[in-house]
Amino acid sequence: MIQIKDLHKSYHMGTNSLHVLKGINFDVKEGELVSIMGSSGSGKSTLLNILGMLDEADEGQYILDGVPIKNLNEKIAAQYRNQFLGFIFQSFNLINYKSALDNVSMPLYYKGVKRKERTEKAMHYLEKVGLAQWSHHLPSELSGGQKQRVAIARALASDPKVLLADEPTGALDTKTSYEVMDLIQGINDEGKTILVVTHEDDIAHMTKRIVNLKDGVIIDDSPVEQIRASAHV
Amino acid sequence: MFDIERWQEIFETLSKNKLRTFLTGLSVASGIFILVILLGFSEGIANGVKSQFEQDATNKISVWTGVTTKGYKGLNPGRYIQLKNTNFDAVENAYDDFFEYRTKDYMIWGGTVTYNNETGNYRVRGTMPDNQFIENADIGSGRFISQSDIEETKKVAVIGNKIKTDLFNGEDPINQNIQVFGMNFKVVGVFYDPGGDREEGQVYIPLTTAQKVFNAGENIRNMAFTVKMADNFDEAVAMSNAIALGIEQKVKEIHTVAPDDVSAVRVNNTLEQAQKIYSLIATIRAVFWFVGIGTIIAGIVGVGNIMLIIVKERTKEIGIRKALGALPMSIVGMILQEAVFVTMFSGLFGLIFGLGLLELVGPLIESDFIKYPQVDFNIALTTVFLLVFAGALAGFIPAYRAAMIKPIDALRDE
Repeated sequence: MIQIKDLHKSYHMGTNSLHVLKGINFDVKEGELVSIMGSSGSGKSTLLNILGMLDEADEGQYILDGVPIKNLNEKIAAQYRNQFLGFIFQSFNLINYKSALDNVSMPLYYKGVKRKERTEKAMHYLEKVGLAQWSHHLPSELSGGQKQRVAIARALASDPKVLLADEPTGALDTKTSYEVMDLIQGINDEGKTILVVTHEDDIAHMTKRIVNLKDGVIIDDSPVEQIRASAHV
Repeated sequence: MFDIERWQEIFETLSKNKLRTFLTGLSVASGIFILVILLGFSEGIANGVKSQFEQDATNKISVWTGVTTKGYKGLNPGRYIQLKNTNFDAVENAYDDFFEYRTKDYMIWGGTVTYNNETGNYRVRGTMPDNQFIENADIGSGRFISQSDIEETKKVAVIGNKIKTDLFNGEDPINQNIQVFGMNFKVVGVFYDPGGDREEGQVYIPLTTAQKVFNAGENIRNMAFTVKMADNFDEAVAMSNAIALGIEQKVKEIHTVAPDDVSAVRVNNTLEQAQKIYSLIATIRAVFWFVGIGTIIAGIVGVGNIMLIIVKERTKEIGIRKALGALPMSIVGMILQEAVFVTMFSGLFGLIFGLGLLELVGPLIESDFIKYPQVDFNIALTTVFLLVFAGALAGFIPAYRAAMIKPIDALRDE
């Protein structure tokens, strides 16, 4: 599903140059649930942003579902994001003046889906994350866990190939974190490929494979025994 | 532009950001509203001043006489200069080619005028047929003094509308007899004058008749001419000034008046005044336009400012939308369409509100100097479109910049 070869990325701030990714190689197969771990500054978020086409690599190869991702202009990047990817952010990133339902239907709007179908689909995904009765609430009326579940529903709405989650539990307490992870595991069980960036060990161990990053290189990449989050809820 | 989904999205955004929408709309609507009111009142003032002025023909030269204040060629000061028919003939002979209308008048300031039992005190004025045009009098019914009235010294009268209202009590005055100082005159016409009551409180009778019945002989009180207008206004003023000066010199020469005696013979050239008043009106208009355009510029800056803030405030939202697959152009389009819709709607609202207020309040204004305040609808509409266009332009730059920000930077924006 994802193939990455010798990926490099540097940030330039004035005269200083910061080499964040120093040759990353890894593949993700369809249906995998991978966590990317590392201390802050290890380059894990940068890697995820490149995978999400929110940022571009300086060097290296990135193939997503057989499509080489390079020399993207904004237009094509936007289309690919809409078509291939679903995002889950640490800070939820819901649009605060739109109801949960409207937030979930947003990717469908950009996909060109008609309003009626959009609402039906969005409602379906809200049901899936267990928030059907909250569909007309604004994000400000929802708890952190509920907001993240809306964000997950939104990420699923356009039926992407890969879900990218950047510290999805970073802003949540342990109990809510496990609820969210339970949901993510459930989605993975249905066959969706998911990448999770986290710095929490317990969260990482709820995935099926841990990729450990340090100073811009992968120091460890090994499958783990998945711990079901439902056991802790 | 006609994408219904886009419109739904925009209406949703607008209705969920009511304060922002309201403030943007308010700044645009008030800008247009103030412009409309300003332009309306500048037009009203122009109309008012013009109508004050246009009670008489604007190209009129009138000659009056008074008492000499200076001795000249052995004659003492304090002489009353009496204009005669011959003076009029002399002026007419000298400048006839330049004149359009000409009249000489003999008037009694307080004439007792009676119809049946109603009596009033009015100005009675012996005049010539041309005076109708010099005074800008409109004949409401009947006719004005005619040449044959003059030649046959008929006892006919043309009365002002005020006298008709005062004395006739709704009756038709035509062919009725009125008494002026007890003498019967047949009413042949009723006139209106843009000068209003002051001018309409007059009785015109043939000059020859006036001279006869008031024992004036060859005396006249004043004379007036209108000058044929040259195509170029400045030329016309110059010509009319030259003629006025020539007339003054001629009359002074005939009556042996010192050339620098300003009170014995006075020549009044309204065209010169007209030029001053037109330039005053032009100045008033320019000032109002200046203020109006300033208001519009302030409005444009306001809209641009609000657009900047909106885009800044929505940077994160733009990042989210881009992460979800929004194309850069759809972001620019969304922001612009929203801006254009709000400015257009509120601009038209301000326009209609301003025009409505002028329509409503305009007729209620009872001032001689403000009349019919109104605005050229096309000008007003043009300014609305100008504002919309400028607002869109002011919004485009930040919107474009926002759409070009990498989504990752936009998402980091807190």
